[in-house]
Amino acid sequence: MKKIVSLVCALVLVLGMVSMGACGKRQVINVFNWGEYISDGSEGSLDINKEFEKRTGIHVNYTNYDSNEVLYSKLSGGGASYDVVIPSDYMIERLISEGLVQKIDMNDIPNYKYIPEEYKGLFFDKNNEYSIPYTVGLVGLIYNKKMVTEKPTSWNILWDSRYTNKILNFNNSRDAFGIAQYILGQDVNTTDPADWRAAADKLKDQKKVLQSYVMDEVFDIMENEEAAVAPYYAGDFLTMKEVNDDLEFVYPDEGTNIFVDSFCIPTNAKNVDAAKLYINFMLDPEMALANAESICYACPHTAVRNNEEYSLKNSEILYPTTPVKSQYFHNLDKDTLDLLSSLWTEVKQYNAK
Amino acid sequence: MKITSKLYMALVMIFLYAPIVVMIIFSFNSGKSTAVFTGFSTKWYAELANDSATLEALKNTIVLAICSSVISVIIGTVAAIGIYKLKMKWLKTTILSVTNIPMINPEIVTGVSMMLLFVFIGKLVNVQDVLGFNTLLIAHITFNLPYVILSVLPVLKQTDPHIPEAAQDLGCTPVQAFFKVTLPSIRPGIITGFLMAFTLSLDDFIISYFSSGPEFQTLPIKIFSMTKKHVKPDLYALSTLIFVAILVLLLIINFSQSKAENKNKRNMKG
Repeated sequence: MKKIVSLVCALVLVLGMVSMGACGKRQVINVFNWGEYISDGSEGSLDINKEFEKRTGIHVNYTNYDSNEVLYSKLSGGGASYDVVIPSDYMIERLISEGLVQKIDMNDIPNYKYIPEEYKGLFFDKNNEYSIPYTVGLVGLIYNKKMVTEKPTSWNILWDSRYTNKILNFNNSRDAFGIAQYILGQDVNTTDPADWRAAADKLKDQKKVLQSYVMDEVFDIMENEEAAVAPYYAGDFLTMKEVNDDLEFVYPDEGTNIFVDSFCIPTNAKNVDAAKLYINFMLDPEMALANAESICYACPHTAVRNNEEYSLKNSEILYPTTPVKSQYFHNLDKDTLDLLSSLWTEVKQYNAK
Repeated sequence: MKITSKLYMALVMIFLYAPIVVMIIFSFNSGKSTAVFTGFSTKWYAELANDSATLEALKNTIVLAICSSVISVIIGTVAAIGIYKLKMKWLKTTILSVTNIPMINPEIVTGVSMMLLFVFIGKLVNVQDVLGFNTLLIAHITFNLPYVILSVLPVLKQTDPHIPEAAQDLGCTPVQAFFKVTLPSIRPGIITGFLMAFTLSLDDFIISYFSSGPEFQTLPIKIFSMTKKHVKPDLYALSTLIFVAILVLLLIINFSQSKAENKNKRNMKG
């Protein structure tokens, strides 16, 4: 009996200590970010969160999500409070409209001065009250120059029968439909059901030449030359290029998707001051440079863009000198979202062969 | 006939172990690719040692797995003994089915309902961020319990109920009889239950995903969130290390058990 009692006591003690350690008395900040979306000390880079703790003494609880929708469910579900989150454009629009993020006083964030004018006043936050841009990305066409002899200029190559079974497309509805919509010359934020049906037909038409719908698998497939063309994010192309030098990248003439991921502070944040401090710290030229180098996405930050040490400074892919025709995805209304998801199921089940 | 059965066996082994072998090989790859082996190197192991976020998640996962499996083994063993001692047949089967439900229940249902419960209670006591280590621990104990009960109960049934009685006849108090006789005889079941609970807790994603909060992230959640970019090869290194650790643990347990059995047999003969 004594043994049990002492065992239970010991356990309670251990548990108490663990939970004490978790909440402690020191200041903490809860940061919720995309996976692999910060310079984390790997391969000799700067460990930003550790640096922040060292300089401010505020402990960073750093957790990750893999999609805007996951972030949304955690913020709207309750039970957890985050101080800094980094959603994408259309999700910020939705979070603002539902009152899940709060206004930020930009006077408390001196480094806001580094944000270039072109990334201020974007459609989801016209008055720059809720969000501060972190990264910018563009979708483009990746191709293998050994298999595709002439440089493609149009999304139409993804329908070209010469590359039957060597073609990939996005395995997420919005991006896949987007490509069909650029070819058809539609607005990607259309609410006209006929437009969406036309795009779905276009995608069904692609099935006879398509190898598969992919997300992350695209890295391996393209690096191993198992496919000739695929649409994907510009930043990720740079990662693939490191492995296989025959891969090339182009922004098709019909236009493409641009997205911005921005810092926001949720309404139920407990430590707003620390959150502002953290955002300001992330915008510090040195930290922003480390992040830009390790994430490989375009960095909306004037000090980084003008820094001679920035290895991607002259990257034509991240910072195209000729303007790329691009559209943001906006938050769709519920009816359109329902239509989109049912059309997407239809497209995926459609068998052309 | 013999050849076909051997072939079949080989096929099963390939299915079971080919993925792990591939992972181990690529953890020693000098390049980043998951398809081309560019040369032997241990750089991902060095990289892992520097990856503080992953190591933190690993530490969280292990702390959680140990706490939840120890607690569920204690609760589960006591529950198994209680169920075993029940006299009424119908009550016994009812209680067994009830305790089995968390095991048969789809994880997603358990996860969502756990989260709802925690958030609801959090609102009742007016706590904003109820989700965290404690909720994760409760959730893990919940899904571990049936496995512990199921591995202890059969061993209990095999033991002779008269031996603890005999111990009491010879002067033991009931508590002494339990610790000196019953507990040692059901030890294999308890160890199996502990191992099951430990590994289940170690790799659970769905339930943890719903019941975790901002300050405590486990390894499976971290790995899953890496899908926006590449899964880093230092995770192959980490998974290899975990696999080797589990393998060694299993070997030690098997070895000590067979040793104990041999000793028992010899004692019986002697």
